[in-house]
Amino acid sequence: MSAATLPAVPLADSAQLARALSRGERSRRNRALALTLPLLLFLLFTLLVPIAALLLRAVQNPEVVNALPRTSDALARWDGRDQPPAAAFAALAEDLGALRDGSDAGALARRLNTEAAGARSLIMGTYRAVSAGGAPTPTLQGAREEAARERLIGIDARWGQARYWVAIANNSSRWTANYLLASVDFKRGADGSIERMPPDQQVFGRILLRTFEISAVVTLLCVLLAYPLAWWLSTLPARRANLLMIVVLVPFWTSILVRVAAWVVLLQREGLVNKALMSAALLDEPLALLFNRTGVLISMVHILLPFMILPIYSVMKSVPPTYLRAAVSLGSPPLAAFFRVYVPQTLPGVGAGALLVFILAIGYYVTPALLGGANDQMLSYYIAQYTNVDVNWGMACALGAILLGATLVLYAIYRRIGQAELSLG
Amino acid sequence: MNMTRTLLAAALAALALPALAQNSLTVVNFGGANGAAQKKAYVEPFEKSGAGKIVSVEYNGEQAKIKAMVETRKVVWDVVEVESPDITRGCDEGLFEKLDWAKVGSKADFQPAAVHECGIGAFVWSTVLAYNADKLKKAPTSWADFWDVKTYPGKRGMRKGARYNLEFALMADGVKPADVYKVLATKEGADRAFKKMTQLRSNIQWWEAGAQPPQFLVAGDVVMTTAYNGRIDAAQREGRNLKISWGGSIYDLDYWVIPKGAPNKELSHKFIALASTPEAQAEYAKNISYGPTNTKALAKLSPTVMSQLPTAPANASNAVQLDIKFWADQGEELEKRFASWAAQ
Repeated sequence: MSAATLPAVPLADSAQLARALSRGERSRRNRALALTLPLLLFLLFTLLVPIAALLLRAVQNPEVVNALPRTSDALARWDGRDQPPAAAFAALAEDLGALRDGSDAGALARRLNTEAAGARSLIMGTYRAVSAGGAPTPTLQGAREEAARERLIGIDARWGQARYWVAIANNSSRWTANYLLASVDFKRGADGSIERMPPDQQVFGRILLRTFEISAVVTLLCVLLAYPLAWWLSTLPARRANLLMIVVLVPFWTSILVRVAAWVVLLQREGLVNKALMSAALLDEPLALLFNRTGVLISMVHILLPFMILPIYSVMKSVPPTYLRAAVSLGSPPLAAFFRVYVPQTLPGVGAGALLVFILAIGYYVTPALLGGANDQMLSYYIAQYTNVDVNWGMACALGAILLGATLVLYAIYRRIGQAELSLG
Repeated sequence: MNMTRTLLAAALAALALPALAQNSLTVVNFGGANGAAQKKAYVEPFEKSGAGKIVSVEYNGEQAKIKAMVETRKVVWDVVEVESPDITRGCDEGLFEKLDWAKVGSKADFQPAAVHECGIGAFVWSTVLAYNADKLKKAPTSWADFWDVKTYPGKRGMRKGARYNLEFALMADGVKPADVYKVLATKEGADRAFKKMTQLRSNIQWWEAGAQPPQFLVAGDVVMTTAYNGRIDAAQREGRNLKISWGGSIYDLDYWVIPKGAPNKELSHKFIALASTPEAQAEYAKNISYGPTNTKALAKLSPTVMSQLPTAPANASNAVQLDIKFWADQGEELEKRFASWAAQ
């Protein structure tokens, strides 16, 4: 609505008009909100709530507090160095005897076993012995505590070792950073201070690095392959370009597993690639292309390539070819014109494609699991392992939180360097 | 493969929901050749007897699914096949119903290891050394041979993970099968196992799914591999010349359990009872070379079938039983150490 079409209004009516306009504005905004509401609710319940639950689960630690409240109190002032106080033994026996049913003991055993291997059988064995009952309880407190100590060590001599008590003491609060610490290779020592994991248990730092390394290499290879192809496509007439674009998109319609299986057929030791190279006398020994890093990279690049081609292609389509011709006609050598005039204009597409591919690659799981060796698994493999096999969901959530955090940090850096909003063309 | 299975299982579970009439039972197993054998030996006779319909669902052993069902009280699985470390762990944590043994059979008829408070042993299977007899002139007979890359040059297939491999490494290093877990439980023993693994590292091709090792052998990717004996048996039935060396193999049981809060407990017990009869177990063993847990089933088997089973005396004489308690206690730490070792 332009000013010229507005009817002339007396001054007294202008306030009324402003009100009418703002009412119209409000109702338009409400309509827009009502239209996007389904999407917002959908995002809330399928994205934000699960992420919040994941972050929460990474720091929740209810098992020990719920099952062993008295023991937690008795260990509160213990320094973790010597034997725990006798009162702790009595409290533990009392706590275990007071558990409602076996599943509470099972949850406690699972939790403590992740902190100190062996705690599972220790807790379950002691729980069964204690709940079977039959021990005399001296009435004097001091004597009762001593009797409890002897009884527990009698049930299982491992109660004489400090490490299981340290595990209880370090987990006697409802919230914990222990899972997050473990996912960056740190842990709490006997006195509660933070220290490095022993060398043979240091693993997630390296795996996180490996995850980023594989993703970065995949992204780089995708850029190198996609850029020339997208450039060629953008120079073709529309009909042929569309036809070729369909060829690029065909893999999108095929299941990832089918493509992975196809790569196995192609790349295995006596597969098509090796046979062809050997019959062409280029090789004497077949190449190891599968179940190592090479296989993972080949297959991931293949799967992710369309995500790189599409944004680069759409940006290239919007670059007028006249710029390049102008540069050449002004005396620039063709190659310099290409790199100094054309490439900078396509960088937003490259950035968007690289970000897309990198973020998708970080979460890869099936492809490395089926085509990689033991040293090629990415962080999501271990998240799946903790979720499905070890059923240690706290650890799985902590690793997920680390992955999420690292990705957000990288995205922030990208924004800083690129100084641009994420543009998908 | 995990993902399709998961999706398939989810889709099937969703489809099964409306079909959960009184006489329908959802039975979950690991699929593959094993699932086919179970269908023939257990599912078909059960349906023929008129006791009810069975909805078969495949999964990959993820206990997370059972835990999620039990915690949200939406249990749609009636009978589930689980691996041995999971039955003890799940039983401790209250994921499974206590089995009513009066309804399934007499404890005395079963191998001692098959008797559990939360379930019953379904079959005995084994992780073995397998090789392609077409490609190896001299048959390997021990784990020391598996480690001997001079006499047997070429790659070896091993499962991606610590379980089984550490035991095999110790046996290759000269530890007697009977002492494996005693040695592995010590810090020095675990160090020794990982050191032995390091020797072989550059010759290992890792596998993830049980279907891979026979495929590796047939494709010539590896000269020998660790494998589940039933998978090798299935390849033999397809005419492949794959062979098993039984010395130092590790045998283990899979169990039937009922998730806590499952809707058809009565019918579930009926199914488990049928699957535990000597007749059904003998039929099962004829279809896949996994050993019966009901000792009365052995009399119904021919010597040829017997000779292929992990429970055959000749095969079991030098074998190790997987120590469930050891892996329940040490598994998480050793698997983490394995990941750390692999990353070096």
